[in-house]
Amino acid sequence: MITLYMLIERTPGLDQQDLEHWIDNDWVRPDQQAGQYLFREIDVARVRLIQDLRDDLEVNDAALPVVLSLLDEVYELRRRFRAFGRATCDLVPSTVQNDIADRVRQATSLIRSL
Amino acid sequence: MADPYKTLGLAADASAADIQRAYRKLAKKHHPDVNPGDATAEARFKEITGANAILSDPEKRAQFDRGEIDGEGQAQAPRPSYRDQADGPAGARYGRRGSASGGWDDDQFTDLFGSMFGAGRSGFGASTRGRDHRYSLQTSFLDAVNGATLRLDLPGDQVLDVRVPVGCESGQVLRLRGRGEIPTGGGERGDALIEIGVSPHPFFVRDGQTLRLSLPVSVSEAVLGARIQAPTPSGWVWLRIPPHSDSGSELRLRGRGVPTHGGLAAGDLLVTLRVMIGAPDAALDDFMTHWTPDTPRDPRHALEASL
Repeated sequence: MITLYMLIERTPGLDQQDLEHWIDNDWVRPDQQAGQYLFREIDVARVRLIQDLRDDLEVNDAALPVVLSLLDEVYELRRRFRAFGRATCDLVPSTVQNDIADRVRQATSLIRSL
Repeated sequence: MADPYKTLGLAADASAADIQRAYRKLAKKHHPDVNPGDATAEARFKEITGANAILSDPEKRAQFDRGEIDGEGQAQAPRPSYRDQADGPAGARYGRRGSASGGWDDDQFTDLFGSMFGAGRSGFGASTRGRDHRYSLQTSFLDAVNGATLRLDLPGDQVLDVRVPVGCESGQVLRLRGRGEIPTGGGERGDALIEIGVSPHPFFVRDGQTLRLSLPVSVSEAVLGARIQAPTPSGWVWLRIPPHSDSGSELRLRGRGVPTHGGLAAGDLLVTLRVMIGAPDAALDDFMTHWTPDTPRDPRHALEASL
């Protein structure tokens, strides 16, 4: 966990005002302790992501929250799907797993052919 | 190794602006954090950022042009990958807004996967059963209380006779098995799901099995008592108004509310009297002017006592 100043020092092109703006908008969600922000690894990566979106992918301020919430949704689904897959592997006999895999393959190829 | 100019699709004399434009265009397409799960995008993005790192730095670009460094240039410092973080448990921090700490409860889990395992309904793989068709049907208050068979017009000149059960409530959904979609390629027909809307009644109000009715009575009926007719959902009944009934007093007609259904006993009809003084009447005015009650009492004394 690092503080706001360490983060700014370590991250080229990161402006404190921008960062505070992102935190105020809930786009970056650091922990707060004794009146100061503490950033975990994912928060640092999130800051880099927003920088990439803004600087390299030219996502403007108006579109940024839309893009972020879609990304959050995608990752949420990926995490759930992964958890679901793990649960399936743990709980379901392997023959059924193969049947499920076949069905999913069929269904996705069907969707693609539509 | 790879030629950074080729990677970015540039000529050797490209300007700094060209390089930036080409890099941004490709980065938009291949950024791994916005293409999670696409391994080619990730590899491609590495090439692109590598090429950009060389060409966007005039010194490195000159070194490459002179053949002092190859297309790999300096290895990029490993960039913190949002995807690696977001795919792991740490990602819950940026989970869907509104879900407590990004976790999920059983309901959301069923929401998410229910359509895949929804008892053979219109989900992936389960193609042998037709889809359910949804309709809505507006009924009158009394039809909903007493039950009725109503005709629902469907698209394509079809009709559906819907038996509205006794005591039906607004929002209740009736299922007519086998009246939904006929699946192409054969299989079981879907169901028709009919959501019932109940229109309000001008003077009955429903409260579970109980019905309420506000019944107007005349001054003389209230003072002297009377036998009058009152409406109930099953028709008019005789009702005895006791003498000296105040406005607002309540009479209970047992079993005259919502009829018995689904294991529920029949409800009562609660009749609240509303004394109407009627049109202006000189004789009544005259009587009131000269009338002194036997036991004068302020009708608002209870209000005063509570202040």
